[in-house]
Amino acid sequence: MAQRFVTIWFRQLKTDWFINRQPSLRSKPFVLASPDHGRMVITEANDLARAEDVVDGMVVADARAIIPSLHVLDDPPGLTEKLLKSIAVWCIRYTNIVAIDPPNGIIMDVMGCAHLWGGELNYIREINLHFKNRGYQVRATMADTIGAAWAVAHYGNTNPIVEPGMQYHELLGLPPSALRLENATVERLHKLGLHQIQHFITMPRAALRRRFGKALLLNLDRALGNKDEPILPIFPIEPWRERLPCLEPIVTATGIEIALQRLLETLCIKLQKEEIGIRKAVFTSFRVDGKEEKIEIGTHRASYNRSHLFKLFENKICTIEPALGIELFMIEAVRTERCSPRQENLWDSTTGLQDSGLSELLDRLTNRFGSSPIRRFLPAEHHLPEYSYKESTELREIPTTTWMVDRPRPLQLLSRPQSIEVAAPIPDYPPMHFRYLGKLHIIKKADGPERIEQEWWIQDGPLRDYYAVEDEKGQRFWLFRSGHYREDKTPQWFIHGFFA
Amino acid sequence: MPIAKSDIIARLKKDILPLEGLKVIQAGEEPDLGLGIINSAFPYGNFPLGAVHEFISEGPESESATTGFISGLTGSLMKKGGVLVWISASRKVFPPALQQFGIRPERIIFIDLQKEQDRLWTIEEALKCSGLAAVVGEINELSFTSTRRFQLAVEQSRVTGFIIRTNSKNLHTNACVSRWKIKSIPSEFLDDLPGLGFPRWQVELLKMRNGKPGIWQIEWSSGRFRFILETLPSLLLEQKRKTG
Repeated sequence: MAQRFVTIWFRQLKTDWFINRQPSLRSKPFVLASPDHGRMVITEANDLARAEDVVDGMVVADARAIIPSLHVLDDPPGLTEKLLKSIAVWCIRYTNIVAIDPPNGIIMDVMGCAHLWGGELNYIREINLHFKNRGYQVRATMADTIGAAWAVAHYGNTNPIVEPGMQYHELLGLPPSALRLENATVERLHKLGLHQIQHFITMPRAALRRRFGKALLLNLDRALGNKDEPILPIFPIEPWRERLPCLEPIVTATGIEIALQRLLETLCIKLQKEEIGIRKAVFTSFRVDGKEEKIEIGTHRASYNRSHLFKLFENKICTIEPALGIELFMIEAVRTERCSPRQENLWDSTTGLQDSGLSELLDRLTNRFGSSPIRRFLPAEHHLPEYSYKESTELREIPTTTWMVDRPRPLQLLSRPQSIEVAAPIPDYPPMHFRYLGKLHIIKKADGPERIEQEWWIQDGPLRDYYAVEDEKGQRFWLFRSGHYREDKTPQWFIHGFFA
Repeated sequence: MPIAKSDIIARLKKDILPLEGLKVIQAGEEPDLGLGIINSAFPYGNFPLGAVHEFISEGPESESATTGFISGLTGSLMKKGGVLVWISASRKVFPPALQQFGIRPERIIFIDLQKEQDRLWTIEEALKCSGLAAVVGEINELSFTSTRRFQLAVEQSRVTGFIIRTNSKNLHTNACVSRWKIKSIPSEFLDDLPGLGFPRWQVELLKMRNGKPGIWQIEWSSGRFRFILETLPSLLLEQKRKTG
């Protein structure tokens, strides 16, 4: 899946915020200023002031000369960061990876999020509308890269969405400053007549680097998606990881066990506080010679039970080769899940699939034999007996349909029907006797036929006419005839199961 | 003083039973498995739970009859919502068919292990797990040591174990509380309708610790065991003749 990013550009972040607080400012030209080298310098001017050619970075005295009635407000230090931070925290509803982009932007990694709002267009519209209602002038754009989204937000003039893979074409018509370059570089580009990105994008990279420095190429690559751009989310996704360095290299199994126990203890206490349990964990030993030894465990149900987790690791400790010694141990919970607190057991006393004893038993078995021999089955909506149930992978999975009970079904089913010799009257009577594993069974009672057709949308094959029969000893079998009787071919008979 | 003597014997018996792994049960404490008159063969008049039972079968036909009888028993054990663990070499049980024995097939965990040694270990581990309703294990050869280990496990966990043995070569004494043999017998419809009737079995209790072995004929109909009355007297006589 391609990455998608949204950048939100707040054109007038601070002045909009002041207007929201003091609505009377809306109709006046005003500026924010902060002291710089003993002068008051304008940090942000509102729209009305801008209309009179007051620009950011101007000295307040000069601006007053242009607009005598200019309102000057103090720009509290750190306001930008504070505002962006709170906006970013609020934006967490759109995606869980939000980063701030000072001085006036928000970056969001929205991969796999937009469809929840009914498509990318609705997503962008919702963001724009929300901030507009709050009194902010914003432009939110979406693209495959942060660079492209930023460029379109600031300099693009039409569609806020850059279709996947189209960032190259979208960038061509934009000015060089859309690449987030330093002013000096932008000026030099303009001086050389390179007013749009398309004028220099095809130039040899070596030439560009020599003349404009590495930054231009780096930003160009990032905007086109050739290089990844790291962002720092405000809510870092914290890994569940513990480290234990050793004073002396450890070579014995006992030493490893002690290290593991200590690491598990600290990790499990942390997990317990957050009510998070381990589904998969890796224990890594860093050897003196620079190699890593890893052992891995998995659980069926999220767990922070120290002794249980230790038991799972215990069997695998012998596979660690310490060689000259291990100097650092690390444990990491690779997959975690919310773990329902123990308290629930008080009123949920029914022992069932959620029983922790059961999941711990299954963990021990999986650890020893792998997960393939352990199976649980759920009903499936098929008439052919071998397809009438399916395997379940999760202990919590509940049946989506009911088990069919209206027809007689054998208690034991052969995994593959075995062919038998029968003597059966034509056309559709049950057999009189049959031979299975060398023994002759004379049929005394029979039920049937129950016809089961192949499901043509899944597979081809002959239909089956099933008969439940009982022999002279009272043993009950499930036989079927594969296909109709025909002139040229007699159909084959099979035994498929045993009734109780 | 004959009265005092029988009192002493009764008291001693009561003391010995718990030592032999048969816990004293109060009336109504354990679920009734619907075994009716078979219950009279058990020491406390109820099917011993929290113990390991052994079932002997020869060939696939008698194995399915045994499976049917065990399913009928575990069906009532699982009524409280417990989970059944079924350990076999390769699963033959057809999950949808268990519904007729009162078992919800999705509450069974099947474990297929080729090696006999692995199965023994798994059965023991499962028997230790007190959250389970029952454990069914398919094992061919069973030593005294391993059954002793099972017994120790269930004494702690109170889980009921069922061991199905197919084509075993030697049937030595072991620590299981009972040994059973189930055989299919011809079914019958009450009013001479054609076709198959309800499954019928001949249940043979070969050994029962502190109980009375016997033979019964039962039928599984509409979700419970039903005794076939007309055949009973002759069987009881035969049994009496055997046991003396």
